[in-house]
Amino acid sequence: MLAVRDLSKAFGGLPALQDVSVDFRPGEVHALMGENGAGKSTLMKIVAGLHRPDAGTIRWRGHDRRFASPQDALAQGIAMVHQELMPIPDLNVAENLLLGMEPVNAWGWVDQAELHRQSASWLRSLDTELDTRLPMRRLSVAQVQVVEIAKALARQADLILMDEPTAALSEHEVAALFKAIDVLRRRGVAVVYTTHKMDEVFRVADRISVLRDGRLVRTEAASTLTPESLITHMVGRELAKVFPPVVTTPGEVVLSVDGLTREPSYRNISFTLRRGEVLGLAGLMGAGRTEIAEALYGLRPADSGAIARDGQAVSLRSPAEALAAGIGMVTEDRKGLGIIPAMSVQANLTLSALARFAGPAGLDAAAEGRACEAQIRAFGIKTDGRGQPIGQLSGGNQQKVLLARALLAGPDVVILDEPTRGIDIGAKAEIYALIGRLSAEGKAVLLISSELPEILSLTHRILVVRQGELSAELDPRLATQEEILRHAMPR
Amino acid sequence: MNPPPRPRLDRNLVHRFGIVAVLLIISGLLAATTDSFATAANLTNVARQVSINGILAVGVTFVLLTGGVDLSLGSVVALSGVACALFAHPGEHALIVPLAVGLLTGGACGLVNGLLVTRGGIAPFIVTLGMMTVARGLALILSGGKPVANMSPALTDLAGDLGPVPIPLLCFGVVALASWLFLSRFRLGRHLYAVGGNEPAARAAGVSVPRVKLFAYGLCGLLTGLAGVVLAARITTGQPNAGQAYELDAIAAVVIGGTSLSGGIGSVLGTLLGVLLIGIINNGLDLLSVSSYYQAVIKGVIIVGAVWLDRRQARS
Repeated sequence: MLAVRDLSKAFGGLPALQDVSVDFRPGEVHALMGENGAGKSTLMKIVAGLHRPDAGTIRWRGHDRRFASPQDALAQGIAMVHQELMPIPDLNVAENLLLGMEPVNAWGWVDQAELHRQSASWLRSLDTELDTRLPMRRLSVAQVQVVEIAKALARQADLILMDEPTAALSEHEVAALFKAIDVLRRRGVAVVYTTHKMDEVFRVADRISVLRDGRLVRTEAASTLTPESLITHMVGRELAKVFPPVVTTPGEVVLSVDGLTREPSYRNISFTLRRGEVLGLAGLMGAGRTEIAEALYGLRPADSGAIARDGQAVSLRSPAEALAAGIGMVTEDRKGLGIIPAMSVQANLTLSALARFAGPAGLDAAAEGRACEAQIRAFGIKTDGRGQPIGQLSGGNQQKVLLARALLAGPDVVILDEPTRGIDIGAKAEIYALIGRLSAEGKAVLLISSELPEILSLTHRILVVRQGELSAELDPRLATQEEILRHAMPR
Repeated sequence: MNPPPRPRLDRNLVHRFGIVAVLLIISGLLAATTDSFATAANLTNVARQVSINGILAVGVTFVLLTGGVDLSLGSVVALSGVACALFAHPGEHALIVPLAVGLLTGGACGLVNGLLVTRGGIAPFIVTLGMMTVARGLALILSGGKPVANMSPALTDLAGDLGPVPIPLLCFGVVALASWLFLSRFRLGRHLYAVGGNEPAARAAGVSVPRVKLFAYGLCGLLTGLAGVVLAARITTGQPNAGQAYELDAIAAVVIGGTSLSGGIGSVLGTLLGVLLIGIINNGLDLLSVSSYYQAVIKGVIIVGAVWLDRRQARS
């Protein structure tokens, strides 16, 4: 249905896509896989009319096309559901869904009854029941995504591009999305899909195209690939082991939490964390994992309960106090609570540890620069230099800067909330290795992750959170993904 | 391995270059069309005139960098001037007393602004709009609505010269230099940029956001107090109606200098250029004997035009 031939595109002289040829067929889910910067998003954006190609052709329903804009592509039946969704938060579901194509009555007024009837029927065609009078801001990310897909359907899209639709979804929300994708497949819509999650791609994709450094490595039926062969194609080398072995034996208790409660997020949370231990915190999104971590870092203090560091009771009312108590955190919200985009890599990296460089005559620029260079090397951060604004780095490198920031402050307890979300597999492997190193250095690590293989492979112990309560403590050597999910599912 | 940091085309540099170009063009035009512009006497005069706006602009740079705003500058200038003048009658107090009263009055107003923004959680626009009215009212109450005259020569001499340099310009210079050092070299300065750049992220990185904001508003107030004292010395009275709309010139200068109104981006150097540009426009329009009605229109157009040119350049 859509045939891309010899497509090339460069940004500022750097090739992002080179001679890529690929076909998308009706009723087929086609996954684009590759590391960040491999060219997946560029390919999608060209097809969706967001970028113009430098060379090559796009054949759509038998005609050569160049889409001047996303509106142009949409008019031709190609829609894109973005990584960062852009709904209008104060309009309701129906108004968003049929934005710009609202049914009108004889007076030219918007026919409200018809508006809601049509929206509901589009949503029902995706097996979704949703109150179309709800404002968009009240919806979960997964619900917003389904509305976006319905929006594409309502505009008669025959090709829907989805850029990392599951990046922010929990396990059961992913299932709902896949159900909607199944409906699309049955209706004969071509779906193009990117993800960083290995298990997911085999659940949903019919064919997989692997991109590396802007070139197409191969296109194959999903059934002929295995996760291992796929990773090899993506990185171009064998990743003997993605996960480093867990070796350290935990030492004395460095953090103990007793009866931590903050209604309605979580209640009566008690656990200990030992020196050198990696403790996994598993659970569905919204179960309260992030809220518990935020209490330990002083971002959102608990209402009641006690926290002790090395046996001493501590009050953690702000991140500054937590850092002073030797607790560091890398939050899941890289853009909102992590980077300061206009500031340089160095200013971001040293922000939590500036006291170390402060003297009566101000900051010791030379010492700060040395410390920053050392962290850039230690964490393998790819940057044009420490003066480069952090906003220009890739997601994986931003994440490494934030890890370097948290660790430069010298914490004994490190909280990592979804440290590998939205970053490519190479950077993931580096972060896994780093977690192993931290543990070997005797730091205590609290690891929150929605990717169960991570939790199972990297930790000494797993706590499962269900609806704000600890539901199980598991041994990762014995536990399975199914067992974790069973303890995580609401009942 | 990473390459050593190589010099990159700093966005701020582009900003500054744009303003410097506008500055040079306007100066060139004035030098060509008037006999009096490029004279030592006139340039000293320009320097004297920009000092007060300069001190205010540097002060409000701190607040704008945090993503806030201070609309109370003009009123606080008047209040500080009046407070200073009340303690400046000849033979009553040592020189330090009126100086301290003026500065601390401004500082206190700034701290109140800061506390209401941080503790009260009220938007800076509203808080400082309130302060604008309250401070003006207090200035009128304290002075009984009349200028407070009879100031000691020791104080009014502060508007004079120290050798060849006007003292107000000296104040401005010291304030600007200290602020530049502070913002570029000190921890709290870095924290200011962080708070303006992404407040929740700054907090999560261990920055005490309320302390940083309180400092910014307090310092801005203190410098406004200084501007009030300098103005009182220059006009030899504490004028309760002085300083009307001074905040607008100050904020305009800062924004022309490339500081983002949403915070996190900007510099004292940029502010200096912005202050100079506005000062030269004011002076030039006077020299060309443009009527004050037209002056207002022309100034507004030039301010918006300069910022527009600048942003367009920065984007490309």
